[in-house]
Amino acid sequence: MSKDAVIASNRFGLGAKPGELARIQEDPRGWLKQQIGRGADQPSGVAGLPSTPEVVVEIQRLRLEQRQMAARNSENDKPAPDIVKRYSKTVRAHYVDQTRVRYQAAAATDRPLVERLVHFWSNHFAISADKQPMPALAGLYENEAIRPNVTGNFADMLIAVEQHPAMIMYLDNQRSIGPNSTLGKRAGRRRSGRTLGLNENLAREILELHTLGVDGGYTQADVTTLAHVITGWSIGGATENGRFADGEPGTFEFRELIHEPGTQTVLGKRYAEAGLQQGVDVLRDLARHPSTARHIATKLARHFVADEPATKLVDRLARVYLENDAELEPVYRTLIDAPEAWQEIAPKYKSPHDFVVSTLRAFDRVPDDPRFVVNGLDLMGQTPWRPGSPAGWPDTAHEWGGADALYKRIEWSNTVARYAGNRVDPVELGHAVLGAGFTTHSRTWIRRAESRQQGIALLLASPDFQRR
Amino acid sequence: MLTRRDLLKHLGVSGALLAAPGLALANARTDARFVLVILRGAADGLSIAAPYGDPAYSGLRGELALLPPGRKDGVMDLDGFFGLHPRLTFTHERFTDREASVIHAVASPYRERSHFDGQDVLENGGSIVGAMRDGWLNRALKPLGGNLGDEPAIALAQNTPLVLRGPQSVTSWAPSRLPDADEDIIERLRLLYAEDAFFSMRLEQAIRSQEIAEGMDGARTRNRGNGAEALKANLKAAANFLTTPDGPGIAVVEAGGWDTHANQGAARGALANQLGALDAGLAELHAGLGATWKRTVVAVVTEFGRTAKVNGTRGTDHGTASAALLLGGAVNGGKVVADWPGLKTSALFESRDLYPTLDLRAVFKGILAEHLELAPAYIDREVFPGSAKVRPLNDIVNA
Repeated sequence: MSKDAVIASNRFGLGAKPGELARIQEDPRGWLKQQIGRGADQPSGVAGLPSTPEVVVEIQRLRLEQRQMAARNSENDKPAPDIVKRYSKTVRAHYVDQTRVRYQAAAATDRPLVERLVHFWSNHFAISADKQPMPALAGLYENEAIRPNVTGNFADMLIAVEQHPAMIMYLDNQRSIGPNSTLGKRAGRRRSGRTLGLNENLAREILELHTLGVDGGYTQADVTTLAHVITGWSIGGATENGRFADGEPGTFEFRELIHEPGTQTVLGKRYAEAGLQQGVDVLRDLARHPSTARHIATKLARHFVADEPATKLVDRLARVYLENDAELEPVYRTLIDAPEAWQEIAPKYKSPHDFVVSTLRAFDRVPDDPRFVVNGLDLMGQTPWRPGSPAGWPDTAHEWGGADALYKRIEWSNTVARYAGNRVDPVELGHAVLGAGFTTHSRTWIRRAESRQQGIALLLASPDFQRR
Repeated sequence: MLTRRDLLKHLGVSGALLAAPGLALANARTDARFVLVILRGAADGLSIAAPYGDPAYSGLRGELALLPPGRKDGVMDLDGFFGLHPRLTFTHERFTDREASVIHAVASPYRERSHFDGQDVLENGGSIVGAMRDGWLNRALKPLGGNLGDEPAIALAQNTPLVLRGPQSVTSWAPSRLPDADEDIIERLRLLYAEDAFFSMRLEQAIRSQEIAEGMDGARTRNRGNGAEALKANLKAAANFLTTPDGPGIAVVEAGGWDTHANQGAARGALANQLGALDAGLAELHAGLGATWKRTVVAVVTEFGRTAKVNGTRGTDHGTASAALLLGGAVNGGKVVADWPGLKTSALFESRDLYPTLDLRAVFKGILAEHLELAPAYIDREVFPGSAKVRPLNDIVNA
């Protein structure tokens, strides 16, 4: 089995399913390129999921009930535990459903490169499911804002992301109010003691994390102006405190009433007042900025080639990105054709997510109860869609390589092996999914295991399987 | 509060009196204990220790302002000018017993407002992002290494944070929920990993931590995620590790949840709950350490502070200077160390943040020199290179 097939399947893909290496070894690069020739598939389970507006409306209704109940019960000073429980149960149920669809799709897909790109971009534009109600929206956000755009133009993905209700809520933009907007001025006059005003959260992360990168050459003033530009990027329907009732509930809504009027200067360029279009124009320019090209090229090269990618490769990717006006497919093709990507067979230490997905693929099945996956990832430190910050999960061995984290991987390998039992031969499985990456040393120790079950645990915990 | 002149007295004049570098390598203390608590997300120093005596404070903070001592939900007085947040009751008790100090208007050398870069600078110990690839506390271990057991330091986390990463071998531990991998599998993996340094080193470290943890009372508790509850559990576990014979002498504990952009609250609310959990965790650490508390310094720090003024969403945004806490039986406590810049708009950093008047590295240097007895020349050269102008904060630890 060729080394190239292993690299294509294991590093560019999501780990081999049995039979995959044999199928692709004629032309591993061709196999990768044909995957990105069209947009991402909608996984079969997506049709069964609700849409973001449906979930937002449902959650808001529960919140409201919770509040009314609390008000009614305030006399005997008791909270309403049943309603609180119903809220968290509902959120949790959505989260579990969405994880099931995500990991089933990852385990089943025959276009694993595209699915990897969905996970990569979803992490680049991370919302973290530790802030309510993100657990109920994270998977929907991934399917609605990220998935349709992964092989298209970065600018379109950027706009879809910044206008998605989940991102707006996650970084508080619906609360950000232009000081000179109609509403901002009215509140200023009333001096009700309640402060209404600007929130820089989303603007800062757009510049620092989504586009230019922290060294991308912007200033605090750019953050503040961009925050002005995107005031009014909000969500339709009434908010929790009953303010605003206009717009389609739970969808993106531009609110002129809170939008800061006037010309704004971002990165030295003036943008005339144009309502919603002003922000769209800024985002399109940010997408084409050389710092963005460099930021994205570095992250892609780090993800697909090595923790410390060669500068020459990053330069090449950034150039292709700029020459093609932020079209992503040519960038991916350059990555696939890069000789740097095909030198070492497995230079990357898998993230827990990669480890779990490649395990599911090796066994070609997803457990019926998605909690097996969620709890495993939680234990190993990578709870789905919950990186804890908008920066997303890290992507180097340095960050994932804790001693205790390895121990948790061993414990999880052991747990999987208990489920697999003695039905599967670990040496055959090793050949099938690692091909040329299965070292004689590992094979020897796995063959000596006391049982097939123990051999599976050793295979999954082996350096060969833990790297990609 | 200390005046600028007092602060200057604190800032190392006695450095030269300490031992020459070569000598100090052999002399570094082995029975001292140090716990570094990192609050990730930029904890609000103006709420941790509120300058209720500053005339601009309550106006800037609006509904986030804490009330003066003596009022309902008011702060607990420190020195007639600063007061501790009402949820930091244990910390205040220690302060009263002269076992805790507050250091204010303090910041790392980082002057931008990215969490990730701010934490990088706080932990790498240089003055800029990426200045060094390893952490200052790892570099400080070299003179202590051999004397403090096989792994002189432990991170109470699955993955070692940057501050502890580097050439010196350290370990990490976090509570688990899965059944143990049986010993036989571990033995076999030792053999399988033998040819791979990355894997075999980590497995050996994990095994040692596991052995210590198994002797712990109720240690196999649930993994509590990343927030303040986990902080409490991890501080408790830290006490176990630090009191184990031949166990680590240094622990790093971290917790997120401090990035209070919206609905931060004042005496009650999101930040108050975080501070309550921190305080409870510190009390657990105190109880768990027993007699070892006498030889312990705990430093609670964050990557930067938050805006002086409340924002439009009843929270605060990324700022610059914050407060740090020192606790422990070895702390020369009961004081607020601050060259207070004031909160008038003209006194604020970039007209928005508390102005930093003290470099956090001065605090760390003081602890390393006075508590762990590292040679000042070694600290300047190896631990915080390029920081010779930042003089150690003296007299913060009992001689």
